[in-house]
Amino acid sequence: MKNPNIKLLLGDEAVGQAGLDAGISGFYGYPGTPSTEIITYVQRAKISKERSIHTKWSVNEKTAMEEALGMSYAGKRSMVTMKHVGLNVAADAFINSAISGVNGGLVIAVADDPSMHSSQNEQDSRFYGKFAMIPVMEPSTQQEAYDMTRYAFDLSEKVKLPVLLRLTTRLAHSRSGVITGEPKDQNKLNPPDDTHRFILLPSNAKGRYASLVDMQPELVEISENSKYNKFLPGTDSSLGIIASGIGYTYLMDNYLENKNPYPTIKINQYPLPKKMIRELFQQCDKILIIEEGYPVIEELLRNNIFDDGKVIGKLSGDLPRTGELNSDIVAKALGMKIVDDLSIPDIVKGRPPAMCVGCGHRDLYDELNFLTKEIGKRRVFADIGCYTLGALPPYEAIDTCIDMGASITMAKGAADAGIFPAIAVIGDSTFTHSGITGLLDAVNENSPITVLISDNYTTAMTGGQDTAATGRIAEICRGLGVEEEHLKLIVPLKKNMEKNIEIIKNEINYQGVSVIIAQRECVKFYKKM
Amino acid sequence: MQDNIILAGVGGQGILSIAAVLAMGALSRGLYVKQSEVHGMSQRGGAVQSHIRISDKEIQSVLIPKGHANAIISVEPMEALRYVPWLNKEGWLVTNSEPYKIPEYPDLEDLKVELERFSNHIILDAGKLAKKAGNKRAANMVVLGAASPFLSLGEDAIIEGIKTIFSPKGTRMVELNMDAFNYGKEIAIKQVK
Ligand code: SF4
Repeated sequence: MKNPNIKLLLGDEAVGQAGLDAGISGFYGYPGTPSTEIITYVQRAKISKERSIHTKWSVNEKTAMEEALGMSYAGKRSMVTMKHVGLNVAADAFINSAISGVNGGLVIAVADDPSMHSSQNEQDSRFYGKFAMIPVMEPSTQQEAYDMTRYAFDLSEKVKLPVLLRLTTRLAHSRSGVITGEPKDQNKLNPPDDTHRFILLPSNAKGRYASLVDMQPELVEISENSKYNKFLPGTDSSLGIIASGIGYTYLMDNYLENKNPYPTIKINQYPLPKKMIRELFQQCDKILIIEEGYPVIEELLRNNIFDDGKVIGKLSGDLPRTGELNSDIVAKALGMKIVDDLSIPDIVKGRPPAMCVGCGHRDLYDELNFLTKEIGKRRVFADIGCYTLGALPPYEAIDTCIDMGASITMAKGAADAGIFPAIAVIGDSTFTHSGITGLLDAVNENSPITVLISDNYTTAMTGGQDTAATGRIAEICRGLGVEEEHLKLIVPLKKNMEKNIEIIKNEINYQGVSVIIAQRECVKFYKKM
Repeated sequence: MQDNIILAGVGGQGILSIAAVLAMGALSRGLYVKQSEVHGMSQRGGAVQSHIRISDKEIQSVLIPKGHANAIISVEPMEALRYVPWLNKEGWLVTNSEPYKIPEYPDLEDLKVELERFSNHIILDAGKLAKKAGNKRAANMVVLGAASPFLSLGEDAIIEGIKTIFSPKGTRMVELNMDAFNYGKEIAIKQVK
């Protein structure tokens, strides 16, 4: 029968619940698939209100990371959440928080997206953990996501370092029953006495960095003794297996009926437990590494110069180097047979995502495409959001999409090089995330670019989160120095098409910065306030 | 006891509600459950699927291996076929017949032929039955009802799942979705006979 403490939670939600139960005082983050549901979950939780826990979205991942570090400085527990590419944005603060160390427990929950379901790359956040030289937790199941998040806070306070919690899409976005524990009290306000460590002047930073380096053997020892790294003995030493994170579930899915015969190490905590791995290497002829994402462990363990073939995995070609794993892929690497006799019938056609019917972005692209007929080839530098789908037919309206905020800055660089017209398309949330600074660059040089800010009053792609500057976009542009006569508001509706095309055309022809704010609420997520 | 089910459809068709009903039903019986979801870009009118695994033993992978699903439950006929590599030989293919069209959508007759190739199939107009129950959006519960006779998770558990998921939205919603579920089930039983 049902366990009363069991909740059906996404991996993301398990992390959020664990944070709440670990006595957190603040969650900080910027929405990004597959990490978004950590914060949307805690925003709905009753306890967040009761305990006055901070759960509002930040403007971007860097501000989130710094805000969380500030809360940790004050002695309280905090968590930062983001998708993998968000950690690039937060990287400066992230790496340096390892140098200063923390006061209250600080956990950075980052969700990677192998197979790029909703992302532009497959980067593996474990590299960042190694780069910052801090402990990394990588749960295999939703229950472990809960347990390890709670453990990560204790660990963070014990070693006085931030801890990285690495999730991957399938864990973040799968549900399972999770047994939760008793909530802990929140930390009291307790700012540090040794404030020097938070002043990273070279003279202080040198000492801090040296002690971070000196601490590494201790972190390895903690990993060796952690209950989250396990050596599971086996009877057949022709092969040893190291399986980390969700990779472990894909391994064990192949041994539901029979026991796994191979000595196996289940890795959920980094730095890697050296002794355990040494023992596996001594026992076994070959070592298969099963890890979701980049071959991080494999690269560390294999001899890349004089490859003796002992370590196999993604680099040896036994597992695919790109994309997600699954139990079939792992079965093949283990030499097992899989069932693969049916293929998808030919009549099944691809069904790519598309912008909703009635979405204002569509009308904006119709207007831009209409103009193409008149002005000929134009370059449209776009950004990250639902409007990126304007790359697909029937619109094919954009030429670039690289990273958050890159529309305005790339348009500026292209204009510097002589491209005309250079048009940027960016959403309201992406604009506040990291478009503002780029626009200031363009204003300072009065670069001949036309910036279209498609303002739908929400962060639609990730499910309709609040945006940082609803109703204030024009004001921000004015404040940055955009000239009043080249700051236009339009409503992208069919009935306004002619008028809007005229406005866009005039601004494109202006040899300086113009900003056109296309305002129309997202039909799917905009909630009347 | 074990169910490996693939839910299929288009973003916005209510796949996640079917998944939630099954998962809550399984939990109410003290069973293990793992269920994958799609969030983010594909939700914008793209193909979406959810794997759901229910067992009385601990479950490892959330993803079902190929050839191991005992049912594909689809709210859209072409989408049902997208996941047939996962269906096992005795598995059931249960789908709504109403297409959600895209420009290169296949000919409906060809589609029907392809679906009927599977000896264990149920094809039904779920939208029509949902309308009869009171809301076209309940087509997801109609297809779930039509699949229910072929699942190891008993009907009682599924009904408990429906109650848990829809009761926060009021008793009317529970009744409507229960009706939709029952209409689907009746059709399936008739078709199998
Ligand atoms: S969710 Fe909103 S912004 Fe995104 S495509 Fe739909 S209407 Fe447009």
